[in-house]
Amino acid sequence: MKELRLIVDISRTHLVSRLKQTTVAALGVMFGIGTYIVMLSFMTGLNQLLDGLVLNRTPHIQIYSESKPSAVQPVEMYAPFADDRHIIHSIKPDNQLERIHNALHLLDELRRHHQVEGATPQAVCKVFYLGGANKFNGLLNGIEVGEEMRLFNFRDYIVAGDVTTLLTRPNSILIGSGVAAKLSLSVGDRVQVSGDNGTVFSLTIGGIFQSGLIEVDEVQSYVSLRTAQQILGEGRNYISRIHVKLTDIDDAVPLAQYIGRNYPVTALDIKAANAQFDTGSDIRTLITYAVSITLLIVAGFGIYNILNMFIYEKMNDIAILKATGFTGQDVQWMFISQALTIGVVGGLLGLLIGYVGSVIIDRTPFVTEALPTVDTYPVNFAPMYYGIGIVFAISSTFLAGYLPARKAKKIDPVEVIRGR
Amino acid sequence: MNKNCILETNAINKYFEKPVRFHVLKDISLCLHRGEFVSIMGKSGCGKSTLLYILSTMDTNYDGQLIIDGQDVTHLTRPQLAGIRNEKIGFVFQFHYLLPEFSVLKNVMLPALKLGRKSPAEVREDALNRLEMLDIKGQAHKKASMLSGGQKQRVAIARALINNPKIIMGDEPTGNLDSKNSENVFSILQQLSADHQLSLLIVTHDLDMARRTDRIIQMEDGAIV
Repeated sequence: MKELRLIVDISRTHLVSRLKQTTVAALGVMFGIGTYIVMLSFMTGLNQLLDGLVLNRTPHIQIYSESKPSAVQPVEMYAPFADDRHIIHSIKPDNQLERIHNALHLLDELRRHHQVEGATPQAVCKVFYLGGANKFNGLLNGIEVGEEMRLFNFRDYIVAGDVTTLLTRPNSILIGSGVAAKLSLSVGDRVQVSGDNGTVFSLTIGGIFQSGLIEVDEVQSYVSLRTAQQILGEGRNYISRIHVKLTDIDDAVPLAQYIGRNYPVTALDIKAANAQFDTGSDIRTLITYAVSITLLIVAGFGIYNILNMFIYEKMNDIAILKATGFTGQDVQWMFISQALTIGVVGGLLGLLIGYVGSVIIDRTPFVTEALPTVDTYPVNFAPMYYGIGIVFAISSTFLAGYLPARKAKKIDPVEVIRGR
Repeated sequence: MNKNCILETNAINKYFEKPVRFHVLKDISLCLHRGEFVSIMGKSGCGKSTLLYILSTMDTNYDGQLIIDGQDVTHLTRPQLAGIRNEKIGFVFQFHYLLPEFSVLKNVMLPALKLGRKSPAEVREDALNRLEMLDIKGQAHKKASMLSGGQKQRVAIARALINNPKIIMGDEPTGNLDSKNSENVFSILQQLSADHQLSLLIVTHDLDMARRTDRIIQMEDGAIV
């Protein structure tokens, strides 16, 4: 302990006596760590935003009824042909209703399931928006607006008007911003839609909805579940989709498989629906790490260089210390502790710079059509990055100091003293 | 092993391997008695400095036996030898060899702090006493690089004395000083020998100085004559 204090004391004198070089080395580490923090916080912030954009509004499991060819064709069931090869031409999809069979029962089951946070029914109907002589393709989603807000942050996408009009006023609609622009409509106006069967309905615009995806906003609008069922001319049990949110997203795949097996429906889990999304996030994170680590390695070489030069300058000192009874080990630790000091000081400053930089980015205005819920750049202030940053700063400077320090340990004092 | 010898060697041989194999030291056997002031003389290249660095334990690449204060140190490890240098041997070199960034006082204190037998406060006290004895206490808080050559050498002697060593070794300790300063430093060394019963071993090629020591060991071509 006493020895360690002495060695640290000598190191400190060395560091202070060439403050300029020490500062340069520490600044190198500082910028390395600072950039690492800023880049990673910004990148992961962006990733989270983009993920959130999809994940917040994408149900973990979507349940609907899909028309597809029967898995088992009649000829395969016929026992006398069992051993023969079957060749069937021109298979047609099985005739399926758009509605989910016995949907209210399934909805009830799902809502009681322990892994399920909530489930919302939807009735989708294809319509035309009528604007003078023009007809525009449209899609009306009948929703239970309260549950949609609770589970899928539905309110975030309403840019004008009030989402609760769906609850309070019959025949009101939350219209897509693209549709509203095309038909020059605003909140309070009425819009005519015609259903599949030609009946025309007049709906009051309670709000304008913008998802950020143009192809959605130009087509889609929301009405209450009951209104959609009326436009379709169907009863209260007509439900064409069920969206499920789970307490743990990792349960999506097995639960979707379970539902698909046990009910006459198709259940699509979020992983299958958004497979490309994970890949994008992973690659962005990978690039961030590669750049940051490169920066830190460059900083490490800086420290290595400075310590190496310093050891050449300090040959005499090393020889004297050894001649007066300091061991090679002592000398080695002197230099390692100098490197570590640079690492710790530079690292801590780097964390500070990184934090300040992140705060600045976090406060920078960022307004975009595509993301109505965002007004500044997204930053992820995860403490983990700060932990990794300081650990990396210390370990890389230790390594950068270790090699020169080992050389100092091996210096033969006789050669130095006689060399004069 | 001779009880009266503070430093003793038996048949030390050393070879330089580069650029060609060369027999530097030939069968060196000598004894430095307790309290004796001995000078080693010889032409440059005769191996006297090489011998001194073997005796100082810094050079371990030799054949033969080295005994310091009754202990055979021939086969000790480097850290053990560093401990022996720290505790028992004081050095004075031709080129002062202080740590330039440290204060004079700190330079003197360092070997004692390394030894760790006394508290920093006691070490400080000791160091100030040594500096006073060498009449340089007034410079104690200056940086070592601010002193003149003669002052630096006196500080180096103070540092050599800090752990109350058994032996003081010097490699041309006055070689780099003008006549007034070298006279001054030499008389300090003489006084240490006379008043403090220290054993001193000095390599020099100044015959006048050598004559004032208790005994001269004359070397020629790697052997004692």
